[in-house]
Amino acid sequence: MTKRLLYPAILLTLFVIFWELMVWQFQVPRYILPAPSRILQTLTLQQSLLLHHTFITLKEIIAGFLLAFVVGVGLAFLMFQFPVLEKSFYPIVIGSQTIPVFAIAPLLVLWFGYGLSSKVVMAALIVFFPIVVNTLDGLKGADADSVNLLRILRANRWQILWKVRVPSALPFVFSGCKIGISVSTIGAIIGEWVGSKEGLGYLMLHANAQLQISLIFASLLYLTVLGVGLFYLVVFMERWVMPWKRFSEAR
Amino acid sequence: MRKTEASLPRDSELSLREIKKSYSKDGSSLPVLLDISLFARQGEFISILGPSGCGKSTLFNVVVGLIQRDGGIISIEYREVENGLGDVAYMQQKDLLFPWRTILQNVLLGPEISRSVNKGTQREAVDLMNRVGLKGFEGNYPDELSIGMRQRAALVRTLLFQKDILLLDEPFGALDAMTRSVMQRILLDLWMDYRKTILLVTHDIEEALLLSDRIYVLTARPATVKEEISVDIARPRKVTDSSFVDLKGILLDMLQGEIERVFT
Repeated sequence: MTKRLLYPAILLTLFVIFWELMVWQFQVPRYILPAPSRILQTLTLQQSLLLHHTFITLKEIIAGFLLAFVVGVGLAFLMFQFPVLEKSFYPIVIGSQTIPVFAIAPLLVLWFGYGLSSKVVMAALIVFFPIVVNTLDGLKGADADSVNLLRILRANRWQILWKVRVPSALPFVFSGCKIGISVSTIGAIIGEWVGSKEGLGYLMLHANAQLQISLIFASLLYLTVLGVGLFYLVVFMERWVMPWKRFSEAR
Repeated sequence: MRKTEASLPRDSELSLREIKKSYSKDGSSLPVLLDISLFARQGEFISILGPSGCGKSTLFNVVVGLIQRDGGIISIEYREVENGLGDVAYMQQKDLLFPWRTILQNVLLGPEISRSVNKGTQREAVDLMNRVGLKGFEGNYPDELSIGMRQRAALVRTLLFQKDILLLDEPFGALDAMTRSVMQRILLDLWMDYRKTILLVTHDIEEALLLSDRIYVLTARPATVKEEISVDIARPRKVTDSSFVDLKGILLDMLQGEIERVFT
């Protein structure tokens, strides 16, 4: 783990040093590109402001993710159980992905207001797709011989679902969640850009208007940490829910 | 020597009469099982020997009810049945252990489905695991075990299905020679104690001769029973016994003839 991080850490450090030197060398105005040292200063001075807005964005992402998870997994189960629902919903779910969330963001703000809910819906819309598609694939992809083994034991439909299909779908569900959580920030930030009074997206727009470029960079840094942290939270939960998986990976 | 309906003994635990199955492929029908009749007495160890791809697995899938047959009668414990679903235990070459379950949870699958897990079945599971050399692996996941150990766990699971008839479809086909001979000894040992009725599908002549009371030799596809052979050699059998060697020669010729028929 530490060794894996070593090379990117060295590269990043060199890059930051290079950046610092270039800014000093060419006297780049700080409203175009602030030096890393300046961004660091902003990070400490504006810490409470940044934390406040990060917390707002975090709330939007988590609520949006949970909403997408519940609806996505639920719809995948229904589509799996009732083929007529799959035939009707699946093409629409796929088709809806051709509409960029950007395009409907103003509408969502109009319908759900400037507050939390429009961002939650926006994040949910973007997270929903990978979760529903992966869950459905996982449920369908259960090993046919294992299902037959239960049929030979006269297992009923629910036993087959809970004892074979759900556990074998779990890795797929988590793949969907990992993709979903990675893109969830996009939904929340777009929502904040289009119309909001709080959140990292709002803070960045605000800073941009006032030419506080170092604050934009500081916000970006917080957003990155937030995204990476959430991703590893999902990875951690995956390991917790599927303790057997580290053995199959080792094989 | 071919058995017909009239000569089926009345004490058969499992009997198949004129089982037929063909698949339709590109509009034409491809017969797989032409006409299979065989029986197994209570506690008997039967091997079904045939060239690869002759439809042995199809036969088992028909018996357990995973595949619909075109014709024929299946009787279990003297009763005609639609199929063996729920009445027979079935084990395949793939161990089909669920990676998300520990070994103990895996072997208790049968009782769990029939909702009969209790102290007794749990003790039986642990005892059986000890007997096949899986002591101490109750809490491990399948992916932590070797292929041989996994297959032993699958055997324990099959026994714990608590059925009198076991259908074993090339259960040791994927194992190396050494592990396979260990498994054969374990299987024989357990069969002697439990006196289950076993039908073993195999294409390994030695395996059939080492284990079974009787052997049904199938023809190449479309399969029918070519010969029924009683193995009257006292156990434990040795591959070097002269009677063993003689029978092996006879069976080898028989199978060779069937394999040549396929390629000419």
